Order: sequence, then structure tokens, then C-alpha cells
Amino acid sequence: MINLTIIDRDGGSRPVEIPEGINLSLMEVLKASEYDILATCGGMALCATCHVQVIKGPEEYFTATDTELDVLDTLPYAPPASRLACQIRITEDMDGMVFKLVGEE
Amino acid sequence: MEQITTDICIIGAGPVGLFAVFEAGLLKMRCHLIDVLPQVGGQLSEIYPHKPIYDIPGYPDVTAQQLVDNLMVQIAPFHPTFSLGERVENLQRNDDGSYNIITNDGTTVHCQVVVIAGGLGCFEPRKPEIDRLTDFEGKGVAYMVKNPEHFRNKKVVLAGGGDSALDWAVFLSNVAERVTLVHRGDTFRGAPDSAEKVFELAREGKIDLILKSNVVALTGEDRLQEITLLDRDQQVSHIEADHLIPLFGLSPKLGPIADWGLNIDRSAIAVNTVDYSTNIERIYAIGDINTYPGKLKLILCGFHEGALMAQSAFKYVYPEQKLSFKYTTVYGVSAF
Repeated sequence: MINLTIIDRDGGSRPVEIPEGINLSLMEVLKASEYDILATCGGMALCATCHVQVIKGPEEYFTATDTELDVLDTLPYAPPASRLACQIRITEDMDGMVFKLVGEE
Repeated sequence: MEQITTDICIIGAGPVGLFAVFEAGLLKMRCHLIDVLPQVGGQLSEIYPHKPIYDIPGYPDVTAQQLVDNLMVQIAPFHPTFSLGERVENLQRNDDGSYNIITNDGTTVHCQVVVIAGGLGCFEPRKPEIDRLTDFEGKGVAYMVKNPEHFRNKKVVLAGGGDSALDWAVFLSNVAERVTLVHRGDTFRGAPDSAEKVFELAREGKIDLILKSNVVALTGEDRLQEITLLDRDQQVSHIEADHLIPLFGLSPKLGPIADWGLNIDRSAIAVNTVDYSTNIERIYAIGDINTYPGKLKLILCGFHEGALMAQSAFKYVYPEQKLSFKYTTVYGVSAF
């Protein structure tokens, strides 16, 4: 199992358990776990409605890709270590990571 | 104020709303479409026009915009009418069961049936967190540039770092008395040409470029007068401004539809899968905006929902007639 901790917009946090080998993005996992995210564009890194902040985890997860930055840059607010959950594939090295939901519901 | 009379008023001109015109047209029902965006196509045209779609039956791949263009050709025989760039505000039920739909521009559409094909909702400008922002809406704060002349010889502050912020900064530099562009970052990832032009205008002193800063508060008596900025080092500064235009893209909201008494389940409208009708008679919901057990947000599912909706809506448009199902392969497509 891959264990993540998700901090909701209201500050409350809860664990999310994901089976290994699941071929999903973090956005899809968040939606499946009933988090209130729109994911308007369905995972194309275009709408920024799956905006998250990396709080804890391996170094490489703290930096957004170019595709993500194109969108994050247009937002009124984006804290450091902002990512689009749709661009993060769930892998085993993510075990123990902490993410915080950012921005609009 | 425009008055329109039609059979079916479709809210949302995305792919599902457009195809519903075809299915309604086969049954001789006329349609009027309303969309808040200035063009048809919904999120396909607005968010991902160049992305290929692979799950439209009969098209191994088609770009989003191509699909929208093709749908427009397909429904042309039925002469749909459009109110684009307008937002639906009110729904009035008449004594005979028909409805009047009223937009923010005062357009009134009288129809027998309402079809909500609103996708994820109404695309509205993202509003940044700025103290007293909404107090000055219409009094100096606007989220889009409708008429550039409005800003002639005025002090205009643009906030944002995307293409539209860059493009309007360049354009308004020739119109406004002074243009200031405020951006949270220190680089622009928009079109390199536009970004270069903005830096060039800033070097020439034709615009003020304020980087690594955010607009945090607005002040003024009756109208906007001054803007407060906060930079990354937490330094506060003030600039005089007649107008602030925050340009942070669009995001979908359910909007006034949420107050119509429809059964809403997690930002989606609950429907009966027999005909995609809602809990209110003569109001249907199709495409991404509806929900039911097993719902898949796919364009092809929305097309199917539109077909069933049209068969059901027929009884309200032609209460005296009996509906007989006809194949286009047998009867063709009779325009009207």
C-alpha cells in the first residue's frame, strides 16, 4: 500500500491508502476518495482545478513541470511547491507523502 | 432587449448542447442556445481546442475544435439561434407550462422546454483575493476588456501573468494614459513574442511592469482610486488607478441554476435516466452537468442523453401529435 496524507482546504487531514501498481494520477485518486475537486479538464494540465501543494515527500516532487507551470503562472495565488495533481502519477516512492489542497473548490 | 420565441431553449453551447439541436431538429423542434462564452463549443473551444479526442464514434481522432466545427455543420439545417456571451439569470414558469428564460443582458427566451447542457457550469473569471475587490466591481474593477475605448486616457492596472494579461497590456499601452502590469512571478510563460513586447515597452517607459508583487487591497470613495501592492519582501506600495483588470483565467461555477429548485448532487443535476428529465417538469439536463447512477462524463454519453431527451420533450412541444420514431437513413434530414 502507498499511504498519503491529504490536508483539506479547511485544514483537516486524513490518510489515503492506495494499492500499489494502480495506474492513476493523484487527481484521479483524490476524486475517487471524494475530495471536492472539479478536475474540469479531466487531467490535461489546463484548468488548475486540481491544484495541490507538496508538504512532505521526495525532493523531485516539489518542482512542477513546465506544463504545470504554464497554468500555475496564470493563477492569482500559487504557494511554493505548487503542483497539479493530474500530472503526478502514483508511484511507490510516494509512500508517506503529504499534500495540501489549494485554491477553488 | 431581445425577445426570442422557440421550442427548446438549450443552456450551454458545448458539444452536447449543439448535438441536442440535431436530435430536436429531427423531430421538428426549433432550438435557441445561450452560452456565457463568446463562442460556441464550451470547454472544447475554450480550454482545449487543439487537443485530439479519440472516443468519438466514427472518428479515430478529431481535435476538439474540429468536432465543434463539424457539429455546427451538422446542425445548420435546423437553423439554431444563439445568444452568446450572455449568462442565464432567471427562469419564469408561465401558466401554460412554458418558460421564459432571462439573461443578464435582458434577452428573454420563451420556450416550451428547457434543456440544461451546461457542462461544469458557467465559466466565470477567477477572482483573486483582494480586499474590497467586489465593492468596486463596475466602479473600476472589470474582469474582461469588452470595449478598450472605455480605458482611453485612464490609469489602468492589469494583474496576471498569462497571455491575456500580456496581450491587453500591449494593446492598452496605446489607449490608456498609463498601463501598469502587476505579476506575481518574475517571468512570463505566455507567448514569448508577447512577453518580449511587454519587456520592451517597460524598458521604453511606455508601461510600468511590477513583478514579484500582488494586488492586495483597493481603496476609493465612490470609485476605485488607489491600489495597494505587496511584494515578495512584504514591502507595501500604493499606486493610483482608475481601473483594475484582474486576468486570471476562467473557472466554472454552477451559477443561478443552483437556485431553481432542481435536485443537485455534488454540483451536478440529478436526472431520471429514462429521458434525462429533472425533478421539474419540462426541464432536462444532459451532458457533464447531470448525474445518475453509473454516469460517465463522456461526450458520447451526452449525445445519447440528447437523443432521449428530444424524444421525451416532443410531447410538450407538440401535445396534439403522436411521436413516431424515424431513422435518418430512411427519412433523411429534413431541414426547416
